[in-house]
Amino acid sequence: MNFAATLRIALLALRVNKMRSALTMLGIIIGVAAVIVMIAVGGGAQARVEEQIRSLGSNIIMVLSGSMTSGGARGGIGSQPTIFEDDAYAIGREIEEIQAAAPTLRGSGQVVYGNSNWSTVFYGVTPDYLEVREWAIAEGRGFEPAELNGAGKVVLIGQTVAKNLFGDASPLDQVIRVRKVPLTVIGVLERKGQSMTGQDQDDIVLMPISTARKRILGAAQAKSRSVSSIMVKVREGADMSVADQRMRELLRQRHRLQQGQDDDFFVRNLSEILQAQEASSKVMTLLLAAVASVSLLVGGIGIMNIMLVSVTERTREIGLRMAVGARGRDILTQFLVEAVTLSLIGGAIGILLGVGGAMAVAELAGWRTELSTASIVLAAGFAGAVGVFFGYYPARKASRLLPIEALRYE
Amino acid sequence: MAQALIRVEQLAKEYRMGSNVVPALQGVSLEIGAGEFVAVMGPSGSGKSTFMNLLGCLDHPSGGNYWLDGEEVSKLSGDELANVRNRKLGFVFQHFNLLARTSALDNVGLPLLYSHLQHEQRAQRAVRRLQQVGLAERMDHHPAQLSGGQQQRVAIARALVNDPQLVLADEPTGALDSRTSIEIMALLQQLNREGITIVLVTHEHDVAAFAGRIINFRDGRVVQDHANTPADAAAMLKS
Repeated sequence: MNFAATLRIALLALRVNKMRSALTMLGIIIGVAAVIVMIAVGGGAQARVEEQIRSLGSNIIMVLSGSMTSGGARGGIGSQPTIFEDDAYAIGREIEEIQAAAPTLRGSGQVVYGNSNWSTVFYGVTPDYLEVREWAIAEGRGFEPAELNGAGKVVLIGQTVAKNLFGDASPLDQVIRVRKVPLTVIGVLERKGQSMTGQDQDDIVLMPISTARKRILGAAQAKSRSVSSIMVKVREGADMSVADQRMRELLRQRHRLQQGQDDDFFVRNLSEILQAQEASSKVMTLLLAAVASVSLLVGGIGIMNIMLVSVTERTREIGLRMAVGARGRDILTQFLVEAVTLSLIGGAIGILLGVGGAMAVAELAGWRTELSTASIVLAAGFAGAVGVFFGYYPARKASRLLPIEALRYE
Repeated sequence: MAQALIRVEQLAKEYRMGSNVVPALQGVSLEIGAGEFVAVMGPSGSGKSTFMNLLGCLDHPSGGNYWLDGEEVSKLSGDELANVRNRKLGFVFQHFNLLARTSALDNVGLPLLYSHLQHEQRAQRAVRRLQQVGLAERMDHHPAQLSGGQQQRVAIARALVNDPQLVLADEPTGALDSRTSIEIMALLQQLNREGITIVLVTHEHDVAAFAGRIINFRDGRVVQDHANTPADAAAMLKS
């Protein structure tokens, strides 16, 4: 018996009980559609997190100053200047896993242009900072070596600062005052958006680290070479934890810490938080898909139920087919093809509905959804497998009937 | 008699009903030659239906041997029996057993689905057999659109479509009125004259009268086996 004939018989049998076939398919339709929508929603959430990781600059480790204890009161992070510009250069130079290490000096204050002013944070940086943060300059230029070494009176500003001080006018070559010190805007940074914690990353002013130290932060900083933090970028493909470990060792060595003595600095691995979040959104996707596949399973049980009814109803037909020469496996194939046809048609409709549903969720709820070919292929494959799995038992039952008893069945 | 198409020796069948063993057939031995038209008679419980099921390779005997066309079939497996049924046998049932919602043509072609014929060959053969039973113009009709006699003709065409050596008819006129019954018997007689061996089960003497040989069963044994001068069904229809 060839496949085309088998398929024709299956389609005929399904057409005979249109309502019943449709209701049975509904279970599969809902299951497949649910799997696709859920994976799309989960995938959307995951893509968001990944984007945030990219916007932060991937593989970033922060080194912060240690705390100072005075008279039993322990200060917070950064209360004691324990890390220095040279530490950053040493890290960048000596540790193979590290692509760039950017020392930063942080401060905050009022910036003024003409009669508008704005309170923001400013950072004294080296060009490594832009590399570490994967931040490009939208217009203008970066710092020149002379400006970096000689405390040049130049700044790069973020989009938010540019908008608040200049409105729509071009900030390039204009002079702004940062804590009353006049500095020339040489460039505007690209938009970076919100950080994970909701901070506006574009609300920022960057200047050479020597400028910040000598011209803005004043006497306290002028002589020391200490920095607020070092932002370190680990090389693509390198192991974060190895880089982390080497860096700690190097810093302990440079700070001449004895064995058993505590670190005098803190290391924060920013992407860890994001990775944790990414992992949790992956678990979420998996969980959603699992819940959705339960409905697919229930749909499969529906198929089994209907196929069992169908086998009983058509016992005489089975007997007749056997009498005219159908072997057990012909009958098995026939009912199996019927079950799989049922589930695959249901699966196809479910895919259309799922894709439409994912688009509707994106449109109506405003959630981000990511339709993946893999999830569609997976759902279709799963639907077919459900058909085979749940169709097999009824089909085998049919194929094991004795022709004489099947013929006599009333 | 030509070489025997059917030869059974000590054919036996018993059914188990709980702890009781009910003997349905107790050692039947006989031969049926190619081209014969045999009526098997007997009251219910006489074993005639059991005998037919065994002849039709629908059931396994509990004992004895059965040669069909020189081939020992009593020891074959289920799939091999299905193959024998497909190649050598045709069945006509009391209640026709046609597939509903399936055209007469597809009903006739059903046995060929399980053979190795191509689609065109199947259709050709089915059409030829429908012509033979006089229903060529009804091949697109579904069983529900046909009368009882026409349905049985479709069933006979189905029994013939695989060019069987033996047609087994189980009470083929049991569900039909007497005139239609005679029409069906005339058709069977005509097929027999064309060379097809027919074994028919009936409990009606009127029907058995059309056969050339009558075998009577009682309590699982053959009690009488005699030749018969067949009545001519076609002539009866004319008168």
